[in-house]
Amino acid sequence: MGEATPLTRIRPVEVELRHLHRRFHDAVAVHDLSLTIGRGEFFTFLGPSGCGKTTTLRMIAGLLPPDGGEILFDGRSVTATPPWHRNIGMVFQNYALWPHMTVSDNVAFGLVERRVPPAEIARRVEDALRLVGLEGLGHRLPSQLSGGQQQRVALARAIVVQPGLLLLDEPLSNLDARLRVQMRNELVKLQRQLGITTIYVTHDQDEALMLSTRIAVMHRGRLVQLGTPVEVYERPADVFVADFLGGANFLPGTVRGQSGDRLVVALEVGGGDDPVALRASAHRNPGFAPGDTVTVCVRPEALELVLDGRPADDVNLLRGTLRLANYLGSVLASEIELPGGRVLRAQIAHPRGAARLAEGSPVTLRVGPDDVLLLRPQAPPD
Amino acid sequence: MSIPVPQQAPARAPARIRWRASVDPGHAALALALLLILGVFVVWPIAAVLRVALTDAQGQVTLSHLFRFFENPLYLESLANSLLAGAWVVVIGTVLALPLAFVVARYDFRGRMLVVTLSTLPLVLPPFVGAIALTQVFGRAGTMTLLLQDVVGLHVNIMEGLRGIILAQALHFFPFIFLTVTAALMNVDRSLEEMGQMMGAHGWRLLRRVVFPLVLPAYAAGALLTFVKAVDDIGTPFILNVKNMLGPQAYLRITTVGRDDVDGYVICVIMVVISIACVVASNWIVARREYATLQTGARPPEGGRALTGWRSAVAFGACAAILGISLLPHLGVVVMSFSRVWSLTYLPTAYTLGHYAEIFLRAPRFILNTLTYSVAAALLGVVVAAAIAYLLQRGRVPGKGLLDAIAMMPIALPGVVIGVGFLRVFYGMTLPGTETSLASTWAIFVLAYMVRRLPYALRASHAALHQVHGSLEDAAAIAGAPRVRAFRRVVLPLIIGGVTAGGVLIFITAAVEFSTTITLVSRVEQSPLSYAIYIYSQSPLGRGAAAALGVVAIVIVAVGTYLANRLSGRGRMAFTL
Repeated sequence: MGEATPLTRIRPVEVELRHLHRRFHDAVAVHDLSLTIGRGEFFTFLGPSGCGKTTTLRMIAGLLPPDGGEILFDGRSVTATPPWHRNIGMVFQNYALWPHMTVSDNVAFGLVERRVPPAEIARRVEDALRLVGLEGLGHRLPSQLSGGQQQRVALARAIVVQPGLLLLDEPLSNLDARLRVQMRNELVKLQRQLGITTIYVTHDQDEALMLSTRIAVMHRGRLVQLGTPVEVYERPADVFVADFLGGANFLPGTVRGQSGDRLVVALEVGGGDDPVALRASAHRNPGFAPGDTVTVCVRPEALELVLDGRPADDVNLLRGTLRLANYLGSVLASEIELPGGRVLRAQIAHPRGAARLAEGSPVTLRVGPDDVLLLRPQAPPD
Repeated sequence: MSIPVPQQAPARAPARIRWRASVDPGHAALALALLLILGVFVVWPIAAVLRVALTDAQGQVTLSHLFRFFENPLYLESLANSLLAGAWVVVIGTVLALPLAFVVARYDFRGRMLVVTLSTLPLVLPPFVGAIALTQVFGRAGTMTLLLQDVVGLHVNIMEGLRGIILAQALHFFPFIFLTVTAALMNVDRSLEEMGQMMGAHGWRLLRRVVFPLVLPAYAAGALLTFVKAVDDIGTPFILNVKNMLGPQAYLRITTVGRDDVDGYVICVIMVVISIACVVASNWIVARREYATLQTGARPPEGGRALTGWRSAVAFGACAAILGISLLPHLGVVVMSFSRVWSLTYLPTAYTLGHYAEIFLRAPRFILNTLTYSVAAALLGVVVAAAIAYLLQRGRVPGKGLLDAIAMMPIALPGVVIGVGFLRVFYGMTLPGTETSLASTWAIFVLAYMVRRLPYALRASHAALHQVHGSLEDAAAIAGAPRVRAFRRVVLPLIIGGVTAGGVLIFITAAVEFSTTITLVSRVEQSPLSYAIYIYSQSPLGRGAAAALGVVAIVIVAVGTYLANRLSGRGRMAFTL
C-alpha cells in the first residue's frame, strides 16, 4: 500500500510461552504449554470447547494470571505485566464494544489512554475506520450497526493503537456463514498488510487451515500437535487430531511386514477367513516397523469407488455393502459396511456413476498407499 | 514434518504463586473494608439483640426468656393480634387484587393503562399516613360513618382497633399481590393453555385446572410478602393507638421499661423468626416457580382479549370501584391537609393553607431532616451496594459470597428490630473526644436507613452490573486503561442509571421509614417527617399538619418511584420489594 499510515509502523513481537500452566479449582485448563510464535506469524490455537485455547489466549493478554510458567514478548517476561501495559490489540468473541460510546469513541479509547494529542487521535481513528471499510460511520452507536460492522469496529479498535500483537478470540463465530467467509478473507488480507503477529483462537478447522501459518491443536489442556496447516492435516499426530481436523475412519490393525517403501498392514476387520491387507507408504508413516499394533486412519475423501468393469489392479481394496448414499452434487456422502460390521464413511468425488448404486448393493473401495495413515493406538485418556 | 509434542509432567506452581493468582490484593482490601462496615452495622446489632434474648445473666445460652414470652398473656395476645391482622390483610388484599389482576392481564379495554398505573399508586402512600386519612373517612365521626348513619341509621366505627389497622394495611399493601399475580398471568406460556383446551378444558375448568396452578406460586410469594410487611409495620398501630401487637410491644418495652429489658429483645426475636420464615418460604416458592416460564420456545400470551361496548365499561367500572376504595386514603389526606374545620360533617366546613405554612415555614426542620438523612443514606448505600455487587460479580477474593449474604440480611429484619439493635450497640458508644452518644446524633438515622434498605440498592446494583459483560472491562484493560480508569470510563457510565435507581429506592423508603425512626429518635428537633406525622397526629389540632406532611411524603415517594423506574431503564416496577 502506498500511503504511510501510522498503522504501517506496527512492530510485531515474538511471543514465547514457557511451561504455562493454569488450573480452575481442580480442573487443569492449560497443562505445561511451551511454544514460540514468530514475528508476523498468523498463529492459531485450535480445539474443541474446553480444550484450554481461550484460557491460553487470556493468559497471553494478561487477563488471567497463570498458575505457573512464563510469557515472554521479544524475550522479555511480561508474566507480571498488567494488560494495559502489554500493548496488544484484541477482538473478543462478542466484540465487547462499549455500548455507551460512538464508533469513533470506541476506536479512540486506547489512544486517549495513551495520551495521544486530539488532532492525531482524530486522524488515526479515521485511518483505522477506513482500513476496515467503515469510513463515515464514526458517529453511530454500536447498537446501530450490523453484526459484521460491529466486528469491523472491534478490529479497528484493536489495531488503531499499533499493537505488537493481535489476539482474536473466535471473532467470526457470531457471524452468519456467508459473512464469515468474507470476513475471513479480509482478516487474512489485513494481517498480511499490517504484518502484525496474530494469535487466533477457534474451534473451526476450516478457519484454522485457511488463515494460519501454523496451528497448535489443543485437547484437554494439552498441546497435541503443532505444525503448518498441511502438516497437521496430512500427518495428524493422533486419532484426536485426525478426527477433529477433517474427520477420518479408524480401523485397528497390525504391521505385518515391509517391502521397499510399502508397509503391509493387516486389518482386524471381516469375519477372519480372509484378513484384509493394506499397503501404506513407509515415508509417510515413519517410525513404524513390522509387529507394531496400529490404528489405520483413512480420510473419507481418500476412498475411491471401484466401479464394475474397471480392472481392480491395486491390492488396497476394501469390499463391503453400501448402506447409505447421500447425493450432494459434488460428492456422494456414503457409508459402507465392511464384513464384520464396521462402517466406513466415504466422500466419493465425481459421483455421477455411483449415484446409480442402490443402497444394499456390494461395492469395492480403493485407497492409495499414500492415503493410508498409521497412528499409534490411542492410550486411554488420563 | 510436524512436531509430535512430548508429554511431560507439569511443573507444579509453588503455593505462593497460586495464591497470588486467585486473590487480587486490591479486591481483598475492598472486601475487608466492606466486611468491617457490614460487621459493625449489620451483624453486630443483630447479634446484640440475639445475645440479650438468648443468654442468661451468666452468659449461658438459654431459651428461658423465650419460654417466658409464651407465658405472658399480653404477649400472646399481641402475637395473636399481629398474626391475625396480617392474615386478614392478605385476605382483603387478595379480594382486591385478584379480580383486578385477572381483568388487567386477560382483557384489553378502554382505560386499561390508567388502571395499571393507578393500581400501583397505593404504594406511594405510607400506611400510617393512610391511617390518619382513613380515620377521617371511616372513623367514629368520619365521612362514610356519618353517611351510613344518616342514610341507614347504623353507626359503625370501622377504624376501631384491629379493623382499622387491617383496612389501612390492606389498602396499602394489596398492590404487592396485584403486581406479582399480574406478572405471572402475563408470563403463562400460551401453548400450555392451548394444550389444556385441546384436552377438552375450557372456561372455568381451564382456569381452575391450568391457569391457577401456574399462577399459584407467584400469588403465594406476593401474599407472604404482604403478610410479612403487615406484621412488621408498626406505624399504623401507633397512629391508630393500638398497642397490643408485637411491634408496638417491642418498642414500648425498650423505650419505657428500658434498654436492658429482656422482654423487648425477645419480642424482636419472635418478629425476626416470623419474618425469616416468610422470606424463606417465599424464596423457596419463587425458586420453584420457574417451571411456569422456563420451557423452551415458550410463547407469551397474545395481547389481552379486546373488550368492547358494555363489557369494556363493566371491566373499567369494576376496576375503578376497587381502585376508588384503595385511593380513598390519598384523597382523604389531601383534603385534610387543606381543611381548617372538619368535624361531624361529610366534608370540611372551612379550608386553609395554614397547615402547609406550619410545615414549610414554622417548622421546616422535619422536611429538611428527612431530606438530609435520606440523601445521605442513599449515597452511602449506593457506594456500599455497588462495591459489593462489583466484588461479587468480578472480584477475585475468597468468601465474597459472605458479603452478599450479610448485606441481604436486613430484608428479613423488621425495622423495629434494626432500631433496637442499633440502640443496644451504639447507645453506649460516644463520639471520640465528646460525651455525645453516637445514638443521639443524626448519623444514627442515616446508618440505620442505609442498612435497612441496603438489599434494595444491592439488588439494583447487581442487575445493572449484570448487564455489563466482563469482556467490556477486559477490552478496556487491553486498550490500555488500568483498572480504576476502566471502571470510570466503561463500567460506571453503564451502571450509573441502575445504581442511581437503587439509590432513589433507598431515598424514598428512608423518607417514609417509621419503625426504625420511632425506635431511634431521642429529640424532636432531630426527628424526620415520619415521626413528626405521628407527633402531630396525636393532637386533634395537629392533624392538618400531619396530613400536609403526608402529602409531602406522597410527593417525595411518587417522584422517586417515577425516577427509579425511568433510571432502571425498563417499564417494570422497581418497587416490588
